[in-house]
Amino acid sequence: MLTSLKPASDPVRQTAARRPRGRRHGATPYHFILPAFLIYAAFLLYPLGRAVHLSLFEWDGLSLATFVGLDNYVSLLSDERLKGAFGHALVFVFFFAVLPVGIGLVLAAVLTRARVRGLPMFRTIVFLPQVIAMVVVAVAWRQIYAPDGVLNRTLRWAGLDSLTRAWLGDYTFSLPAVGLIGTWVTTGLVTVLLLAGMAKIPSEQFESARLDGAGAMREFFAIIVPAVRAEVTVALTLTIVVSLKTFDLVYVTTSGGPGSSTTVPSYEVYRRAFELGEVGSAAAVGVALTVLIFVISFLVNRIGDRISS
Amino acid sequence: MGALTLTVWDQEVRGGQNEQMKLLNAAFEKAYPNITIKRDSQSFDDLGKTLRLALSGKDAPDVVQANNARSSMGAFVKADQLLPLDDWAEAYGWADRYPESVLKYSEYSPDGKSFGTGSVYGLPQVGEVVGVFYSKKKLASLGISVPKDQAAFDSALAAAKSAGETPLLLGNIEKWPAIHMFGPVQGANVPSDQIEKLGFGNAGASWTTPENEAAAKRLSDWRTAGYFNDGVNGTDYDAAWQKLTKGEGVFLMGGSWLAADLQGAMGDDVGFFVPPTKEGDGAHVTGGTGLPFTVTKASKNPDLAAAYINFITNDEAMATLAKTGNLPIVNAEKYAPATGVLRDVYSAFGSVTKDGVLLPYLDYATPTMADTLGESLQGLLDGRLAPKEFTEALEADYADFTKAG
Repeated sequence: MLTSLKPASDPVRQTAARRPRGRRHGATPYHFILPAFLIYAAFLLYPLGRAVHLSLFEWDGLSLATFVGLDNYVSLLSDERLKGAFGHALVFVFFFAVLPVGIGLVLAAVLTRARVRGLPMFRTIVFLPQVIAMVVVAVAWRQIYAPDGVLNRTLRWAGLDSLTRAWLGDYTFSLPAVGLIGTWVTTGLVTVLLLAGMAKIPSEQFESARLDGAGAMREFFAIIVPAVRAEVTVALTLTIVVSLKTFDLVYVTTSGGPGSSTTVPSYEVYRRAFELGEVGSAAAVGVALTVLIFVISFLVNRIGDRISS
Repeated sequence: MGALTLTVWDQEVRGGQNEQMKLLNAAFEKAYPNITIKRDSQSFDDLGKTLRLALSGKDAPDVVQANNARSSMGAFVKADQLLPLDDWAEAYGWADRYPESVLKYSEYSPDGKSFGTGSVYGLPQVGEVVGVFYSKKKLASLGISVPKDQAAFDSALAAAKSAGETPLLLGNIEKWPAIHMFGPVQGANVPSDQIEKLGFGNAGASWTTPENEAAAKRLSDWRTAGYFNDGVNGTDYDAAWQKLTKGEGVFLMGGSWLAADLQGAMGDDVGFFVPPTKEGDGAHVTGGTGLPFTVTKASKNPDLAAAYINFITNDEAMATLAKTGNLPIVNAEKYAPATGVLRDVYSAFGSVTKDGVLLPYLDYATPTMADTLGESLQGLLDGRLAPKEFTEALEADYADFTKAG
């Protein structure tokens, strides 16, 4: 995915094209990538192929599997619970990807332009949630969202008693509550990526904009945002993948509840394979999720490429 | 028999559990010096996940602890990986040792379709019973005596509420804790033979009966009366019982497994009771057995494996279990400690298995029931599901499964 970000006028590729290609050298490059490819194949391609294979069977993990063709996929389409799960995943795309990119752009722009002292320290603080294991994050936030947790205590202290609720046990608010944990986690990564992008902007551009009388807002939209399009694409790709495959966060905070109001596709994979003993169906959900992630990342990159060029 | 090795996979990893297993294994090896026990213990969750693979592999262990539920033991029976132990049961007289209401929990028909009847596939060592924990001081200060039946329990809840207390503590973010609250309520309202069918997932009963609806209504009435702590669906299971230790509530419905932790925090102040429908009767209440020890089909020496299971569940073994703080499944009252909440737990369990009925965990019923029931109870406790809709949701799950047979 990242390779598609490379500009088309790659000088290396051009010289390579001009070099006369002898037949004897044909296989050499492949020998170089062979070790890496073997590992990739053993730990990624083989399991993927195996999952696709399994998804065509009805199998409880114990007795003999029966071949059912595409039945598992057909039944996915009519599964209301699963539709809900994919719906929740799309809501998570907003909280894990769109919102953090919005926040990250502003935050990075402020940090870049304000020339704050101790930028490395801010960078570290903002990036910190990325470093903590998701399970730890989830446990911590479960405490924060608890009926007598920090959030509700703060609201009560501020006299906003009517707003307090059991955030993770509320049918309306549990999904955004879990989503905001995602925002908290991914904002750091996005901000650091964008900071790197913004550092490349030549300061002359800002100077001439200021001479032309542009304010901070104008500067943000006319210079900063266009300059970091490539970084935004990368950030969106990474965070969308994270949001769609979220499992541990939901597993630890709500187990998909209350009811099934926060269940996500990855959680359904786990539930089907380990709790219900429907390995084939679980594999089918997994494959469908993989395809969805692939399609969305592909689209994001295509759009990103088009805007950049 | 020459020198033999018996491979045993158990999940007795916690303090007292691990201790009793070590003591019993050592005693077995001492009694039969030619036998070596190769023990492999894993946590409940780990064992549940590895067992499937282990049983279908070539080097399957001889004895394994398998969860009673259809999704584990039932699936293994269906896949022909466990050995029916009827012959040994007869030879060792297991039917005399264990009450039928307990033995049922490890019985399946050989095709794995009926649960609670058929061949016996294993024996559990310990029992579990769901009841009500309370603080003695708290009850005394409110002037409430320990309820002797369900009606008295309801009026105790009302009295606690009017005294400005939180009558019932529940932490249900995990979805399953409310099952242990609904179970005893259902046990008091619905004929036990029906609950057994519903709980074991056998055909011939229905969720959409007036009795089941009444049970659901009682729970939803508790909610409308404001008996619960705020936000039960967003509260941790552990946070709820910890509230009891801090005096932030009056009653906590939960399983006997909480007794040790509660005693640790509250000392002699914590008590436990299981309210029967009518004073003086035995209670009909959710409970169960620890994970039964079963023999695999792949075992090369099933006689030895069965002898081992017999050994770790005999009278002396029960004494060892009690000594190490576990709840022995047979003759619990005999081994009850003189004081403390464990005395209450032992006598409650003994009375339920002798005079009352030990009802199965309702989520045993179908592979999807844990989710359906957990999610429906969250709905009921949130007020989103009316009692009627609640029973309909469960009936859909149960009927789907029993029809598919």
